[in-house]
Amino acid sequence: MVPNDRKYTRDHEWVMVEGNVAKMGITAHAAEALGDIVYVELPVVGDETTMGESYCVVESVKASSSVFSAVTGKVVEVNEELDAAPEKLNEDAFGQFIAAVEFTEINEAELMDAAAYEKFCEEEA
Amino acid sequence: MRSEYKLIFERSREGRRAYDLPECDAPDAMNEIPAELKANAPLRLPEIAEIDLVRHYTNLSRRNFGVDNGFYPLGSCTMKYNPKINEELAPLFDNVHPLLDAEMSQGCLALMKDMEDMLCEICGMDAFTLQPAAGAHGELTGLMHIRAYHEHRGDFERKTIIVPDAAHGTNPASAAMAGFKVKEIKSAPDGGVDLDALRAAVGPDTAGLMLTNPSTLGLFERNIKEIAKIVHEAGGLLYYDGANLNAIMGIVRPGDMGFDVMHINLHKTFSTPHGGGGPGSGPVGVKSHLIPFMPVPRIEEDEDGQTYYLNYDKPESIGKIKSFYGNFGVIVKAFCYIRSLGAEGLKEASENAVLNANYVMNKLRGIYEIPHDRTCMHECVVTPGELMQYGVNTSDIAKALIDRGYHPPTIYFPLIVHEAMMIEPTESESRETLDEFVDAMKGIAEQVKTDAAAIHAAPVTTPVGRPDEVTAARKPVVKFED
Repeated sequence: MVPNDRKYTRDHEWVMVEGNVAKMGITAHAAEALGDIVYVELPVVGDETTMGESYCVVESVKASSSVFSAVTGKVVEVNEELDAAPEKLNEDAFGQFIAAVEFTEINEAELMDAAAYEKFCEEEA
Repeated sequence: MRSEYKLIFERSREGRRAYDLPECDAPDAMNEIPAELKANAPLRLPEIAEIDLVRHYTNLSRRNFGVDNGFYPLGSCTMKYNPKINEELAPLFDNVHPLLDAEMSQGCLALMKDMEDMLCEICGMDAFTLQPAAGAHGELTGLMHIRAYHEHRGDFERKTIIVPDAAHGTNPASAAMAGFKVKEIKSAPDGGVDLDALRAAVGPDTAGLMLTNPSTLGLFERNIKEIAKIVHEAGGLLYYDGANLNAIMGIVRPGDMGFDVMHINLHKTFSTPHGGGGPGSGPVGVKSHLIPFMPVPRIEEDEDGQTYYLNYDKPESIGKIKSFYGNFGVIVKAFCYIRSLGAEGLKEASENAVLNANYVMNKLRGIYEIPHDRTCMHECVVTPGELMQYGVNTSDIAKALIDRGYHPPTIYFPLIVHEAMMIEPTESESRETLDEFVDAMKGIAEQVKTDAAAIHAAPVTTPVGRPDEVTAARKPVVKFED
């Protein structure tokens, strides 16, 4: 269920690192907990992100929630598709990144692998 | 019960009239209007006979649900009864024009000054302004005081407002609106502020902390003095979100807890109409060190204490934040409420609000889950708990309550509780009303186990069942077109 090709945060975000660029999104668990997502307030290319701070807001019928950045750096790409079709995050959270960030700082030790994240979700429940 | 209800535009038939305007008796005036400002097509207004117009709105109003219809335990909103005496007394001031000179409006100024003084006494603050139009406007005003305070000291580095993750959503929004960066800190397992997280978050960039006490979980923040110490020692100020003031009137005061600035929602705590019932009012109170920054005009007395006047000469003021002097009619109603109850009455109101919430919480224990199970304040938070295994969630329970004649409690807030229902009965309700509500909640829990499909179908007694919230949010249609 939880893909092995990336790392996870305790706030239910995923991060996939390729070179000095990190693609980030939210996990299926997060999307399910939020319920039907109706709007994604995307960052803009060139925005600075800070590790552990919000870079995006996801709105569902229940609430709006901050999405936190796993890295510090500069946004180089955003998933514009989510603007018109926010429901894609519900349909395929792991297949839809929110933003790609060229990073200067990342704390790998804070991130979990798929197995550790699954265990974390179980413990939280 | 279920039926289509036509919009007023759909009832329109060409040529029908309820009332005809007389001939324009100043036709030349029309020539004064520049051509480019004149409408070149008739306004698209519904055309309808008087009887159909009256029926349309009368029947529509019967579909409304307010605190005058029934129990309305919307958590954090304090939907208390609005005493009718307030509505009788406020119109006595209807004929006062806001541009009247101060010497011609001494009664109004006296009332406002008295109101400021009473709010100071209730909250333990040194001065109040009545200008802000509602709670979030009060938050913005209060935060502008915090910024002015730091900048006046020559400290331009304090750009961060700390907000706990249990806070009302308006707190971070107001901080951002006031030009601050928002730093969110996680709550401790008991729902209070995590002191270690707070210690780690404060620093030379800390402008202040926004807090509501009791918290949004309806729990009193036991470490409030320690929290105040941590923030003050870091050089920040403490902002009190007065949304939950109804729990503590006459018992404990924000000013004594260490708060520097706060707002009150008169439309919650002080019984003025709420939501669609009229405008709000969000007075802001400050400690003495923030008085120079308060909005102008300030209401002051002349030296002999005989006359009130409006003082605009406050060079350090953040300026005017509302046209004229605030929502005056609302202030009059809240003034009547405070005067009707008196000091003892306000205390009793808070005591009964807390008693009612604890009564409901204890009656629901064992049927619903109580995630933070300790004595609550004026509201309690419960969840469906075990009932979720029948495929039913908080939203379904809220819908089922509608069929039983209740306005649902606040749901899915606070965000830190999964599937939260936040119930605030207020002091207005009798034991019988609370018992009936508890019976309804028990009945729903029983039906969840025996007939979950019926709960999923609820509400069935309303003109509209379950609107498609997702489509409404994703593809809103906000304009009528035929």
